[in-house]
Amino acid sequence: MDGTALTCLTLFLPFLGALLAPWLTRRMGHNAAWVLALVPAAIFLHFIGFSAEVADGGIVTGGYRWVPSLDVGFYWLIDGLSLTFALLISGIGTLIVLYAGGYLKGHKQQGRFLSFLLMFMGAMLGLVISDSFLMLFVYWELTSITSFLLIGFDHTRQAARRAALQALVVTGGGGLFLLAGLLLIWNITGTTQFSTLFAMAPQLKESPLYLAALLLVLGGAFTKSAQFPFHIWLPNAMEAPTPVSAYLHSATMVKAGVYLLMRLNPAMGGTPEWQTILPVVGGTTLLIGALLAVRQTDLKLMLAYTTMASLGLLVLLTGFGSPHAIEAAVLYLVAHALFKGALFMIAGIIDHETGTRDIRKLGGLRRAMPITFAAAIAAALSMAGLPPFLGFLAKEEIYYALGRFDAWSVVFAAIAILGNALMFAVAFAIALKPFLGAKVETPKPAHEGPLLLWIGPAVLSLKGLAMAALAGLTHHLVSTPMASAIAGEPRLVEISLVPHLGVPLGLSVVTVVLGVLIYRNLDRLRALLAGVLADIGWGPDRGFDQAMRGLVGFSFRLTQRLQTGRFDDYMTVTFIALAVVLFATPFVFGEMPRPPVFPKDVPWHELAIMAIAAVGLVTVVLAKDRLTAIVSLGIQGFAVAVIFLLYGAPDLSFTQFMIETLVVVILALVMTRLKVYKTDHRPFRQTLPDATIAAACGLGLCLLLLTVTQSPFDTTLSDFFNLHSQAIAHGANVVNVIIVDFRGTDTLGEIAVVMIAALAILSLVRLRAGSMTTRMADNDPDAGEGSA
Amino acid sequence: MEPIFAILVGLFFAVAVYLLLSKFIIRVLLGVAILGNAVNLLIFASGRILRDVPPVIGASLDMSVGPTANPLPQALILTAIVISFSFFSFLLVLSWRAYRVLETDNTDEMRVAEPEGDAPPPLRY
Repeated sequence: MDGTALTCLTLFLPFLGALLAPWLTRRMGHNAAWVLALVPAAIFLHFIGFSAEVADGGIVTGGYRWVPSLDVGFYWLIDGLSLTFALLISGIGTLIVLYAGGYLKGHKQQGRFLSFLLMFMGAMLGLVISDSFLMLFVYWELTSITSFLLIGFDHTRQAARRAALQALVVTGGGGLFLLAGLLLIWNITGTTQFSTLFAMAPQLKESPLYLAALLLVLGGAFTKSAQFPFHIWLPNAMEAPTPVSAYLHSATMVKAGVYLLMRLNPAMGGTPEWQTILPVVGGTTLLIGALLAVRQTDLKLMLAYTTMASLGLLVLLTGFGSPHAIEAAVLYLVAHALFKGALFMIAGIIDHETGTRDIRKLGGLRRAMPITFAAAIAAALSMAGLPPFLGFLAKEEIYYALGRFDAWSVVFAAIAILGNALMFAVAFAIALKPFLGAKVETPKPAHEGPLLLWIGPAVLSLKGLAMAALAGLTHHLVSTPMASAIAGEPRLVEISLVPHLGVPLGLSVVTVVLGVLIYRNLDRLRALLAGVLADIGWGPDRGFDQAMRGLVGFSFRLTQRLQTGRFDDYMTVTFIALAVVLFATPFVFGEMPRPPVFPKDVPWHELAIMAIAAVGLVTVVLAKDRLTAIVSLGIQGFAVAVIFLLYGAPDLSFTQFMIETLVVVILALVMTRLKVYKTDHRPFRQTLPDATIAAACGLGLCLLLLTVTQSPFDTTLSDFFNLHSQAIAHGANVVNVIIVDFRGTDTLGEIAVVMIAALAILSLVRLRAGSMTTRMADNDPDAGEGSA
Repeated sequence: MEPIFAILVGLFFAVAVYLLLSKFIIRVLLGVAILGNAVNLLIFASGRILRDVPPVIGASLDMSVGPTANPLPQALILTAIVISFSFFSFLLVLSWRAYRVLETDNTDEMRVAEPEGDAPPPLRY
């Protein structure tokens, strides 16, 4: 098997695992997680095989053509950026699958959960590996759908259903913006792949449509990465089981928006628009997220809001444009994925083993849960940006990027310091408050979680330590290639744990001092923020409810207006539309018929038969009783049969005679059983509009026929049949030959239609009236279950 | 000849549409029957009209000598007549059945599928 096929298989492996998960879980219980974790582990090993090549600046591309005529393909692009993401997704994914095995142990639908989780993994992996725009979009929406399934996993609770729907509406809707943006980029540059897009960057940036494309793409990125004011779905998504929060809502899915920005940075970045919108939105999100995190007392919600803040920081850095900003974003992204994933899992363990995750009801767990405590401290140190953890390197690099002396940088440095200090306080509130102090009684007696639960956070915390200690290797394999891929030019990351005096260290000290101050006054700050938020009252989350209510109400009213349930309304609209089409089209294209030339030598019997047809028609409308109506219907039908006979169509004439006779007979039979009003019961105010519409349709079709007969006639088909019906099909009657020979299959279909109609009629006739009413009661959705 | 046909076809369509706009099922059915004839005549006339000569090849000839009526629209119409008859019969029996069950031939009173004053959808999640 060659490399391309193997990589393709790797991309589909999670979906295969998702197929097997329910079956495996039925057989093995929660231990199925050990087997299923092999899937992401294998993916991790496959992708780590690329790291040597990518570290040397190489780019691996591959894939298959899909729709060549539209330039759509299934192509992937493995460079520093996508490789780091792929390793994070599969690496953390391995630990999350194990963690989910322990967390949902004994849950009836654990198999389904693991299946969803693996599906999500496949979608996320495809997203970051995609080289084609369309492939990226498909995977992008697939992450939204799988995230919907995961958030709504506990579907018996309304809060979970609401959160799932909200996430789908916000991120899925953002995905549509992304699609529009990518199509616009395709339109501007003519390319559908990122790998060829980078060379077109000048063309894209100078296009007058650049700003529109940028705003559309940002619409996708900002909704996915929970930027203010689209952040609302992220805290609500905490309704999902904790493995989901740890995986989707900290380490992977929410980073998809940041990934997209980083991916497009070489093609769209560096412009004034880019360097204004991104820092402003990111900075706002950072501050609001950090403040809202302090406000919370629920461990998971605190983490959710700090995730929002971190995403804001990443967007800020991606768009800031100063030296070191990209490098800082890279380091912070990796560090955040590790410590936030770990902290979420720790919050889950506490919840799982004590029965609560309210920080005010927890305390003194350090003796009962020593391993969890150690992992929490390590993750919190990294989150707080303290040595010797990766978070420290990231924070130093951030201050290298922001610690400059122009007004713009000073503002954002101040925002970053405040945001980091708030996150510092929250990190230690999560890592210390539940474990230190006096022992507090919890709903469940606290004890250490099993291996399946603590292995994840322990590995991630140690990883954060190891990556900082081996900074040289980390930078060589991860940071430098990724930063280079984002910048679109070679970059070198060099920061290490070795002390370095200067502005960044000074800003770090300020952050730590401020963080300690906030930590010590956390309760007071929380009360203050709660008061302020209560005064504001309205928030985007309530706005979402109002928007959804408005949408449902609007669509209900619109449907009521469009679908009145009245047959004559539907018919009226249909025929008005027909009349408009008949008149508007020739008018627009200037194809009205010429004034017709009436022939002078029409034999009187032809005119007479047409007059009879006309009389029959008018009598049907005016008929006072049903017999007159039926007879008049027969008159016009037989007149048509005679017309066919006069104009060289004897076959039509015979058929028409037979059919018309049958119609009259059947109609007479049925009509005797129906109550028919003597005249048309239309009031005059309805007669006039109806007659107008009818006259307009009639006149329009009359004009259409005139136009058709005045245009030149193409006799190719008719000549073909005349020429070949005797020679090839050995039939003298050309019409018959067409029906049974040239278009024999068509006739077979026609016979089938007649037979099906006959069967339907038969069943309708034989149905007893009693059985019909019973069946309708069955269909009544409001009827109780026992009433049938 | 075509202009006269155009007027006749226009009249057929006008009458059919007027009947279809009625609230009463039986008039709608009469409209359906006439609509079938209207469409057939439209196809017939748009294939051009020729008096008297049917598209039949004489004995011991390989192809027609001289102009004949256009066979193609005739073949199409022949199919259409039969199909519209099946359709009409089905509609007729369906209306009869609806009349038996609902005891009305007024379409305004046939509101089983789309009841009047339907409640708005629930606003919960």
